[in-house]
Amino acid sequence: MDAIILQILNGLEKGGAYALIALGLTLIFGTLGVVNFAHGALFMLGAFCAVVMRALLTMEVATGEVESTAWGTEIAVTTPYVTNLFGDFGNTMIDWAVPLSILLTVPVMLFVGWAMERGLIRHFYKRPHAEQILVTFGLAIVLAELVKAVFGANPIPVPEPAALGGMMDFGALFGSEPDKITYPMWRFVYFLFSATIIIIVFMFLKFTTFGMVVRAGMEDRETVGLLGIDIGKKFTFMFAVSAAIAGLAGAMYTPIISPNYNIGMEFLVLSFVVVVVGGMGSLGGAVAAGFMLGLLQSFAAMNEVKEILPGIDQIIIYLVAIIVLLVRPRGLMGRKGVMET
Amino acid sequence: MSLIKTNIDRRGVLKGTAAAGLAAPMFMNGKAWADAHAYLNAPTGKSVTLGFNVPQTGPYADEGADELRAYKLAVKHLNGEGDGGMMNTMTVKGGKTGLTGNGVLGKKVEYVTGDTQTKSDAARSSAKKMIEADKAVMITGGSSSGVAIAVQSLCQEAGVIFMAGLTHSNDTTGKDKRANGFRHFFNAYMSGAALAPVLEKAYGKDRKAYHLTADYTWGWTQEASIAASTEAVGWETMKKVKTPVGAGDFSQYITPVLESGADVLVLNHYGNDMVNSLTQAVKFGLRDKQVNGKDFTIVVPLYSRLMAAGAGENVKGIFGSTNWHWSLTDEGSKAFVKSFGQEYGFPPSQAAHTCYVQTLLYANAAETAGTFNPCGIVEALEGLEFDGMGNGPTLYRADDHQCFKDVLVVKGNENPTSKFDILEVVEVTPAEQVTYAPDHPMFTGGELGECNAGA
Repeated sequence: MDAIILQILNGLEKGGAYALIALGLTLIFGTLGVVNFAHGALFMLGAFCAVVMRALLTMEVATGEVESTAWGTEIAVTTPYVTNLFGDFGNTMIDWAVPLSILLTVPVMLFVGWAMERGLIRHFYKRPHAEQILVTFGLAIVLAELVKAVFGANPIPVPEPAALGGMMDFGALFGSEPDKITYPMWRFVYFLFSATIIIIVFMFLKFTTFGMVVRAGMEDRETVGLLGIDIGKKFTFMFAVSAAIAGLAGAMYTPIISPNYNIGMEFLVLSFVVVVVGGMGSLGGAVAAGFMLGLLQSFAAMNEVKEILPGIDQIIIYLVAIIVLLVRPRGLMGRKGVMET
Repeated sequence: MSLIKTNIDRRGVLKGTAAAGLAAPMFMNGKAWADAHAYLNAPTGKSVTLGFNVPQTGPYADEGADELRAYKLAVKHLNGEGDGGMMNTMTVKGGKTGLTGNGVLGKKVEYVTGDTQTKSDAARSSAKKMIEADKAVMITGGSSSGVAIAVQSLCQEAGVIFMAGLTHSNDTTGKDKRANGFRHFFNAYMSGAALAPVLEKAYGKDRKAYHLTADYTWGWTQEASIAASTEAVGWETMKKVKTPVGAGDFSQYITPVLESGADVLVLNHYGNDMVNSLTQAVKFGLRDKQVNGKDFTIVVPLYSRLMAAGAGENVKGIFGSTNWHWSLTDEGSKAFVKSFGQEYGFPPSQAAHTCYVQTLLYANAAETAGTFNPCGIVEALEGLEFDGMGNGPTLYRADDHQCFKDVLVVKGNENPTSKFDILEVVEVTPAEQVTYAPDHPMFTGGELGECNAGA
């Protein structure tokens, strides 16, 4: 039972990441009709916003002392400049680098999204999906190589704040034996964070005039345009918002997986499967499928399951995708006609 | 080893030549040898070209970059530039090396580079290009066993020497060994043989181990080696679970460990997988647990300092093994660290070390054989005993072309004094303890075959 609870928690945390990326993908597909294969790269860029924030906070200044090296030269002894300037508060800022990186991630990713849409994607609106896929995939490779050129190929550790780095005692929360069911606190924070972002996006689309116009535009772009609304501008903004969501998902994920230039690709394929299973263009479907596939992936990795079906953990998501596409091509919550002939 | 064989083959001819060399001056023997035997890419001008095939893109690109730095340094030293590095400390049994800083066999050493991308097919393509278009007489490098095995096989078919870079699978000099291939780096069996006694001393005999293993050739052989060596000291292997390469998030594989009753987690992962699985295992609180009345512990059998940096604080106190470490204080290591550090501003990795050493060993073998003919090189390297290269007295065993030397047991440094000080050496395991018979079951299934000179 304990193992099942832990796998549920794993699935929710993993599903949170899938859902956030899939939500952005669906928003872009629903508004602009573009299949954005560079979305994983946006997740990666967000992760590197956290890396940059930490690097900025840990930039060092020389203390004036020097130490000798094993190869006979001397190097300067350094200390982080924020510690030099603010003492303990500076150390606290370094410790909270990941949450603080949200302040950097949101504007940077909004700009990246805007620039991407205005500079490249809009030229492909009327081109076939195959060309959109090729150009966005190419862009993803370019962005990944740029990041590798600057930051190298190795993963870069970005720790969570010490206060959120311990274990959470779920057993004690539900009246069970203490220390029986424990779970990394940051992973739970990540789940709460992703759930919060998803709720904010849905509320924004549901209860604001801007959101209503966007939803109307997703249903019938031409009619909304005939009402004198510049739907194109709103869709550009939504593209930027989608980029920011992916970026936030990446930034907050850095304490879970040390980011490297390839982290976006690892999530991209899974997220597309999530979108297809949920239903192309269905925001609710993307979120539901994200969490569902996260949970399925976690359960499939249980030893009890693998003893019956060896290797199932590596194919479960694709297996579900095949079954859904065969039985219900439009996905679980997709609109009738989408992906159907 | 007898120098006379009843069946006449290339190796037999070579051995006969070597025997004749005993009675003749070396230059005479080499010259006669070279004239008598044609071989692929025989250098005709004033230079000889070596092919450095390293991962320049892909997940091991940083390790590949360090390998390339080491190769460039080796070339510099061979051509008489710089301080000479390990050329000043290297000795071979029976005297000094033939390396004088005048190139190799009087020819200036030049090089071409290829990008393995840590993919077997890409590595074979770049090696093929260097052999066919650039006329490389030797291929070296790499940071993956899958790649090493693939390129070694290609070099055997083509008829050039392959001096492996970082490859740790038993299979490279086991079932997939080739006459034209040589490995200086240690292997998974050696890791197990060196680690097990240290683990026994640190954690006792009564331990239950749970393995998470990268699902490819290196992971399989390391899992088998570590399980066998720890079982030999009394540990029980509870479970062996294969994980997909590049899984990223290992949480679903770590969670069952908590329920398994195991009190040790062995992570047979390398590169990003190692960084992620170790970090996540620590964050799941495994090291804070008490199981079976003992503190839960984690073991990473193969460490890379470059990659361990990615795991940050999480490596502290965790045991593993490594081929070489820059903090060693023998004359060879000091000379290499000095050369490398002054050239690049930071210490070399174990990958850089093995690549540098392989280049000097190849060059010395050419000088000894008096030719770049692969069969002459094979003859010179087989059974070579050398020292002064950072690992103590070392034997290039003729039976499988594997180097036998001291192995380092390391652990994550609890109190690092610099950002390079990630690992600390806790024991230098003597070569005898990690030596195995050529017909050891973990290494059987393949034949070395005959050397191929390609012409």
